[in-house]
Amino acid sequence: MNLINRVWQSSLGKKYIMALTGCALFFFLIGHLLGNLQVFGQPELINTYAHFLKSKPGLLWGARLGLLACVGLHILAAVQLTAMNKEARPQGYAGGSAYGASKASQYMIVSGLVILAFVVYHLAHFTALLPGVNGTGDFRKLTTVLHGQTVPDVYAMMILGFQVWWVVAFYLIAQWMLFNHLGHGLASMFQSLGLRNHVWWPRVQGFAKLASIGIFIGYAIIPVAIFLRIVGADYAEKAKHQFSQSSPPAATLIAEVNGKEAK
Amino acid sequence: MKVTLKVWRQKNANTPGGFKTYSSPDLNENMSFLEMLDVVNEELANKGEEPIAFDHDCREGICGTCSLVIDGKPHGPHQGVATCQTYMRSFKNGDEIVIEPFRAKAFPLIKDLVVDRAAFDRIQHAGGFISVRTGAAPDANSIPVPKENADLAMDAAQCIGCGACVAACKNASAMLFVAAKVSHLGLMPQGQPERYKRVKAMVDQMDAEGFGGCTVTGSCEAVCPKEISLDFIARMNRDYGVALLKGEPKAMEGGGVG
Ligand code: HEM
Ligand code: SF4
Ligand code: FES
Repeated sequence: MNLINRVWQSSLGKKYIMALTGCALFFFLIGHLLGNLQVFGQPELINTYAHFLKSKPGLLWGARLGLLACVGLHILAAVQLTAMNKEARPQGYAGGSAYGASKASQYMIVSGLVILAFVVYHLAHFTALLPGVNGTGDFRKLTTVLHGQTVPDVYAMMILGFQVWWVVAFYLIAQWMLFNHLGHGLASMFQSLGLRNHVWWPRVQGFAKLASIGIFIGYAIIPVAIFLRIVGADYAEKAKHQFSQSSPPAATLIAEVNGKEAK
Repeated sequence: MKVTLKVWRQKNANTPGGFKTYSSPDLNENMSFLEMLDVVNEELANKGEEPIAFDHDCREGICGTCSLVIDGKPHGPHQGVATCQTYMRSFKNGDEIVIEPFRAKAFPLIKDLVVDRAAFDRIQHAGGFISVRTGAAPDANSIPVPKENADLAMDAAQCIGCGACVAACKNASAMLFVAAKVSHLGLMPQGQPERYKRVKAMVDQMDAEGFGGCTVTGSCEAVCPKEISLDFIARMNRDYGVALLKGEPKAMEGGGVG
């Protein structure tokens, strides 16, 4: 308890927390991206993956609670540090300020809050499946059959979800903000933890640049490819019918599409 | 050459301040920025007006007394020099130059462009020293110091405690100053006995003074007249982490010997 208290009471300690939780969230981003990129495979690929996650509630909830704790601590520290930083400069300058500081480093709280708004939307969109937020239909009606079991058709949700232009626009804006957040944050993380010297700093900055670009491209190509109808356009046409049906004829759908998509 | 000055004037901390505009008399471009202010002040004094208060002492870039935020950058347009070593040839005839005091809650304003930087002294008192017996100078090289550590310690020791790092930082953070002071001693063998106690005490004092935190924007490094590197901040973060993990030293009971 004493150690936790000492860490939280100091400005440096809070930055260690920011850095460690930011690092954990970065690893989550990589895992989540690899999962999502399966949308470029057959529909069964990502549906099997989604079903696998759902079938391990211990694992799923463990990960979710861990993530929630990281996000909570990261935001709490961010808000407290930002308030402290504002308070330390009650009066600003007329002649310009923050000489030599990158935009990304000055607006971490802004990019962070946009990411937060996005996360809330994203959870409503694809986790809670709230029908009002996706601009197309009730995702809960989208099901398919895997190994004789009726399961949610995550592939169809993604394909139909990213055919809505404003959804794609919001995802891209959020990913752009994430790119800026990580471009600065991933390097800053090493600095906060003291993992830097004159030899390693250029390498750390190179890593931050490459990783943030990689994350941006990886996440952005999904909605873009779907919106441009490069991925799953046929499947979407079939899946759409389920929106207007009360009980979906999943078995027929999967049989029909399988014939078409399996090249 | 002639310039127009937009200067922050404020009688004292309790009176609200504001900008006032002055036209300089004819200047020699080889005057230092402070000499330019001297000339402007002379004219003000002759007219019976209150001269502009500003801090200065050595005027050769070693004492850390001069300050001023000139057109939004502490210590003026150049890299690696203090205000006292900024010359009028860096400006053009007819320029308007905005001059403001260092702004930070921890540096309360005293008058016009003069702020109170005693918070830095209190941070130094908290741990910026080594406890040794004074006496005859020890033999040179009696304690071996690796060359690279000696060089780094000298880099850190360059800090003149001017506070420009605080003035430039969007968070008014004193990390660069404290890191320089912590590292300068922490890199030397003589600084080892108090290394972790020192970093803990100095950082805690820094927090208590009301400086902001570090967001790694790099403004401090960019304006520092001694070009102190952000590497030292990472070094301090490392040492402070170790100090936190070590915890407080074991409490002593009773007296020691002697
Ligand atoms: C996917 C989610 C996120 C990731 C991967 C992430 C990652 C990071 C990383 C690595 C840092 C650098 C830490 C350091 O300087 O030591 C950071 C800093 C920061 N993050 Fe995040 N972050 C995320 C979400 C958020 C959110 C939702 C907020 C909203 C409030 C936020 C606000 C901040 C702020 C304000 C800083 C700078 C703190 C400072 O330097 O004073 N972040 N983030
Ligand atoms: S680190 Fe540089 S800017 Fe900060 S007090 Fe020392 S000399 Fe001045
Ligand atoms: S007056 Fe001494 S450093 Fe400028």
